[in-house]
Formats: sequence, C-alpha cells, structure tokens
Amino acid sequence: MSAENAHASHGPKWLQHHFETPIQQFESAKLGMWVFLAQEILFFSGLFVAYGVVRIEYPEAFAAGSMQLNKIMGGANTIVLLFSSLTAALAVRSAQLGKRDEVSRYIVITILCAFAFMVIKYFEYTAKFEHGLLPGQYWNPTHLVGIDAPVEHMHVFFGIYFMLTGLHGVHVLVGIGILTWILIRNNKGEFSKEYWTPVDLAALYWHLVDLVWIYLFPLLYLV
Amino acid sequence: MATATATHAHEPDYLNSKTGIGSWLYTVDHKRLGIMYLASVLFFFAVGGFFALLVRAELATPGETIMSPTMYNKAFTLHGAIMVFLFIIPSIPGALGNFFLPIMLGAKDVAFPRLNLLSFYIYVVGATIAVISIVVNAVDTGWTFYTPYSTRTDTAVVWVTMAAFILGFSSILTGVNFIATVHKLRAPGLHWKRMPLFVWGMYATSVIQILATPVLAITLFLLIMENVLTLGIFNPQLGGDPVLFQHFFWFYSHPAVYIMILPGMAVVNEVLATFSRRKIFGYMFVAMSSVGLALVGFLVWGHHMFVAGMSEYATLVFSGLTFLVAIPSGVKIFNWIATLYKGSISFESPMLYALSFMVLFSIGGLTGLFLGTLATDVHLHDTYFVVAHFHYTMVGGTVFGFLAGLHYWWPKMFGRMYDENLARVAFALVFVGFNMTFFTQFVLGSQGMPRRYYDYLPHFQPLHGFSSAGALVLGVGFVVMAFMFVRSLTSGKKAPPNPWGSAGYEWATASPPIEHNFHEQPVMKRGPYDYHLATDEELFDGFPEEAPAASAEE
Repeated sequence: MSAENAHASHGPKWLQHHFETPIQQFESAKLGMWVFLAQEILFFSGLFVAYGVVRIEYPEAFAAGSMQLNKIMGGANTIVLLFSSLTAALAVRSAQLGKRDEVSRYIVITILCAFAFMVIKYFEYTAKFEHGLLPGQYWNPTHLVGIDAPVEHMHVFFGIYFMLTGLHGVHVLVGIGILTWILIRNNKGEFSKEYWTPVDLAALYWHLVDLVWIYLFPLLYLV
Repeated sequence: MATATATHAHEPDYLNSKTGIGSWLYTVDHKRLGIMYLASVLFFFAVGGFFALLVRAELATPGETIMSPTMYNKAFTLHGAIMVFLFIIPSIPGALGNFFLPIMLGAKDVAFPRLNLLSFYIYVVGATIAVISIVVNAVDTGWTFYTPYSTRTDTAVVWVTMAAFILGFSSILTGVNFIATVHKLRAPGLHWKRMPLFVWGMYATSVIQILATPVLAITLFLLIMENVLTLGIFNPQLGGDPVLFQHFFWFYSHPAVYIMILPGMAVVNEVLATFSRRKIFGYMFVAMSSVGLALVGFLVWGHHMFVAGMSEYATLVFSGLTFLVAIPSGVKIFNWIATLYKGSISFESPMLYALSFMVLFSIGGLTGLFLGTLATDVHLHDTYFVVAHFHYTMVGGTVFGFLAGLHYWWPKMFGRMYDENLARVAFALVFVGFNMTFFTQFVLGSQGMPRRYYDYLPHFQPLHGFSSAGALVLGVGFVVMAFMFVRSLTSGKKAPPNPWGSAGYEWATASPPIEHNFHEQPVMKRGPYDYHLATDEELFDGFPEEAPAASAEE
C-alpha cells in the first residue's frame, strides 16, 4: 500500500489508505479479530464434541486414560499460561500508556512463559511416547498408573489427547511467532499512545490460546 | 450520489493504473483480486464440467461405455469435489463479492486488503494440492469422504482432504474480511436499511463461512489424522464412530449449501430490481430472510442422515426443522414476484438468468420437501432424485445466479459490452440443456435408479440417454458463452458507466472503475433501489445510445 501515501493530508503513516479515520481502522481490526476468534472456538469445538461423544461411548477407557496423565505437569502449565495471559494484558496496558520499554518487558515474559509451556509439554509427550501410550496402531502400553491392565479402547483417549493438546500446542507456537513479531515492531518504535492496535490483537489471540487450555486441562487431566 | 465524475479527467482505471505481472501477483486491490478469483473459479468450473461430461458419457449406455468402474468412481468424485470446493463456494463471494461489495458500500477497499491477498493465495495452494491429488491417485470416495470407506481406500484421500482443509481457510478469511467491511466501511448515509441486498446476502454468507467452515476444517483434519495415525475416532475397526463423521461433515456441509445459494439469491435481487425498474418489494423481509436462512441452515444437518442410523426422535426433529427452511426461501420468491408486479420489465440476458433462477430454484426447493419428509426420503434417499434436487438448487440456483451476475456486471468489470444476441443463444442452450439433463433425473430417481452407480437396468436406458444428451447441450451452451465473453474483451463495444440504467450504487463509478473506486468519498442520499428518487442523470446517462455524454470522463 506504499503508493497510497501520496495522499499527504490523509493522516498518520500507520493509517491505511482505505480508512477514513484512525478509530475506523481500530474498530475494523478489532471486529475482524473477534470474528476470527469465533472461528477458532468453532475449530476447537469439533474436537470437544468428539471428546464428549467418545467419552460417553467409553467412560472406563477415559477414566483409565486420564489417570495416566501427569497432573503436576498439567497444573504447572496451567499456572504458566494464566500468568502469561496476565503479562500479555499488562503489555496492552503499557502500550496504551505509550511506555515502550514496559511493553517489551511484558512481551518477553509472555514469550518465555510460552516456551516454558512447550518445554513442559515436551517432557509430557516424551514420557507418553516411552510408555507406548499412543493412538491406534501405535498403542503399546508398557507402563500404566493406577490400573493393572489397559482398558479396552483406551487408545482412543490418547488419540483425542494428542489431537487436542497437539493442536493447542501449534497455537502456542503460532502465538510465540506473533508475539516475537510484535516485540520486534515495538522495539522499532512503531507503536505509540495513538497506535497500539497490533499489541491489543496479539494479546486477544494469546488469551484465546490460554482459554482453550483452561478447558483442556480439567477435561483431560481432572474429570 | 455525490461522486462528481466529470471533474476528474483521465484518471486510469484499475486495469491500467499499474502494469506488469508483479502488479497483479502482489496486488491488494479488491477488484484485481476479484478478477483473479474469477479466472480461477472459471478454470475449475471448466475442469469440473469436463468430469461431468465424462460421467454422463459413461452413463449414456448400460455397461462399460468409455471407462472402467474405478475410473468412473474417480470421475464423479472429482466432479463433485472440484465443483463444490474449487468452484461454487468461492465463485460469487470470491469473484463478484470481492469486486462489488466494497464498491456498493462506497469504500475504497475491503477492511483487510492484505488478508484478502493471503486468502487468494491460500485458495491457490489448496487448488494446487487438489490437482496434485489427481496426479497421485485420484480419490474415489465421493465428495463427502464418508468413513469407513475413506479410511480404507488406497486413493489419495489425505491429499484431497488436505486441499479442502486449506481451501476452508481461504473461505473463512474472506468471511472475516466481508463482515468487518460491512460493519465498518460503509459510506456516510449508507445505513443498514439502505444496504444493497447483494451486500446483505454476502454478509449472511460470511456469517456461515465463519461459523461452519472451521468445523469442516477440524473434521477433515481428524480424517487426515485417522488415515495417518489411526486415531480410532471415526474408524470403527479401532472403536471409532463413522456416523460421527457424518454428523461433523454435514454440520458444515449443510450450512455450506447456504454458502452456495445465498450469494446466488443476493445477485438475483440486484438484477431483478434493475431490469424491472422497481424497488425490491419487502426489502427488510428479503434482507432478514438471508440472515434467517443462515441461522436455520445450522439446525438441519441431520436430514442428510435419516437412514444412516439416528434415533427416530432425532429424525423427527430434523425433519420438522428442515421444513422451516421453506419459510425464508418462500419469503424471497414471493417478494421477488411482487417486485416484478407492475414493474417495467426488460429481458436482457442477466434478467433471463435471474428469472430462470426463480423457476429452477423453486423446483429445487420444493423437491427438497420430498427429501425432508421421513417417509418419502426412505424411498428417495441416494437415488437420482437427490442428484436432480441439488443440481436444481446448485446449478439452477447458484450457477444461474452467478451467470446472471457475470452478465450483469461484466461491462462494469471489464468496460466492454458483450454480444447480447449471442448471450441469448448461450442462455437458451444452457437453460434447455440443464432441464433436459436434470429433470430427467427426477423421473429416474423416483423410479428407483440409485445415484453413483456405474451400471443400470436396460429399462432406464432411454432416460439416461436423454439426460446425457442434455449434458451435451449444456456443455455446448457454456462453450458459446465462453466464446461470447472472450470476444467481448477484444472487440466488445465500450461500456458506459451505467449500461442498464440501474439505480444501484456500483453504477455510479466509471466502467471499469478507477483504482480507488470513487474520486471522492460518496455520500448515499437514497437507497440502491429508489428509482423514484434517482435523477435522470444517474439512470440514463449511462445508456448505450447516449454513451458519448457519459463517457466524457474517459
């Protein structure tokens, strides 16, 4: 859209040519993000429905499967993500006040939390791989907690487990990418008291990633 | 409308403002993206049509006619998958919607132009993967990819579902863009009750795209994973539930038929108003019926599965809800008839398509009631009656709506008029060919001919032969139409800004429009169908006879 800057009187340089006013640009971006988050929720909802249907079909397998998950690690990850949501929100607040250094600091903490989440997840996954707690044809349990023998159809639980946590993990990775991008732009000084929309939208996305986990954790680890 | 055309002489139109291949590949101009979508969807329409002709050629006689049963399964699957995912769903929103929605709102572009470009390239990637799947080992499951067969066949299920998965995101991003654009980029004076009904239709379509498509995405993702990792969610051998796949699939794919038909209806509104020179009767009812269809469309997916193993109570509820669809559809049809009543009707080719839409869609819609009724559906399920029903809505509805729009807006998009006589010849061939092909299939289906079968009993021969002959006529009609459009690009008469004398907002800009659509921010002082408020200058300066006066700005 570089050519459009020919409209010299149009406004600040971050205002895209097809918007009349900054508020119009901000409201469009915000609405677009909310609509996008709506589709994210429906994307995960398919998996949640699958979870519900299969759980009703094989309740014993789900109870036994849930026992195999590490509640300590899952709980730690919940706390890490909740904390990162707080720092993401604080980053937005700082951006609105035009405090560039604070924004960077909060975003760095958020990104570190995201990495911590992925590291913990990595240890959880490798444990499952070692114990053969894998979906379908790879199902080969060698180490079970709380039960003597595998329950029939237990592998379906792990199919759902890996799909839900895997897709959520992909969203965390995408989030790391987005937040890094915001960090770079913030360090370049692109944001100000007047223009902080991208920080706001990135935080919105990050809250959704957090929110999905808030449902995943009890459904898979606790109930 | 205050668009002050005459004062800005010689501003280049969007086709000529920038040159070079890069100016197209990296463009964020919604008009150029619309044209790129148009070229892509028309290409895949031709490919899908080619497979349709193969299928009909095979069915012209019983037994083997031109191909083996395996080939036949692949041909009808590719016909369905290409037509649904690569043609119909992106057709009107991607091509006509991208081009005209911002212009109708008096905006310079969609809300997120770069996202729009991204969405086009996602479409290209998806389409490429779909083509690769044909080369690898074309899929033979039917376009619905039902489990358990899709987890057992050795054809390229993973490739083609991956393609549909990716195409879904193109559709979602277009929806996000349109919703934000409609909410936030309307010109001053353009309140919701003045919005063109095309925009209302696009808006309702976008809502479905956003709420239904992600469910298809996750379903296809799970199907891919079921094939790659064997999850046991859909595959009964591993304890999965194949009917769950059908529920998931139709939770998207039933709303998806409204993604397909609502844009067709949206176009018809514009064409009917223009060629009967009247305000759309019951404007708000027509607008709300689009939104109503979008909502009701989410509640009726079970009617695809009456004989697939659901509880009888569920089938009763789904059957009842299905009949609700008839209400908003009926509202549209009756309001359109009331619009025509005492209108000053002229029968240019866009109007011919729009009027055929009303007839064909009504047949398609009313035969849907037979299929929504439990007792008759048991007899008609999976027969040619179903095939005829959805072709009457998808082709007689969406494709005819798309063609109405393509003829109607062609002069605006390319600045050239086409040969009206040739257009009418093509219309006659398409209309006759279509009805020959598919009306016959209602009869075949009600006599018990199952769909997707390679072979059939000798007594079905005359009807199958007639249907195949109709497909040939239909194909010839499209070839004539393609010739007519291509010729108009090279030797068509120059189009004035408003060749049809329409009061619609999009005609208030040049043909083809300049890069920023309008020279200055338009202010809407009347509705798009307010023929009683439009000035003679707005309506008649654009008529071909008076072209010199109007084309002063070129």
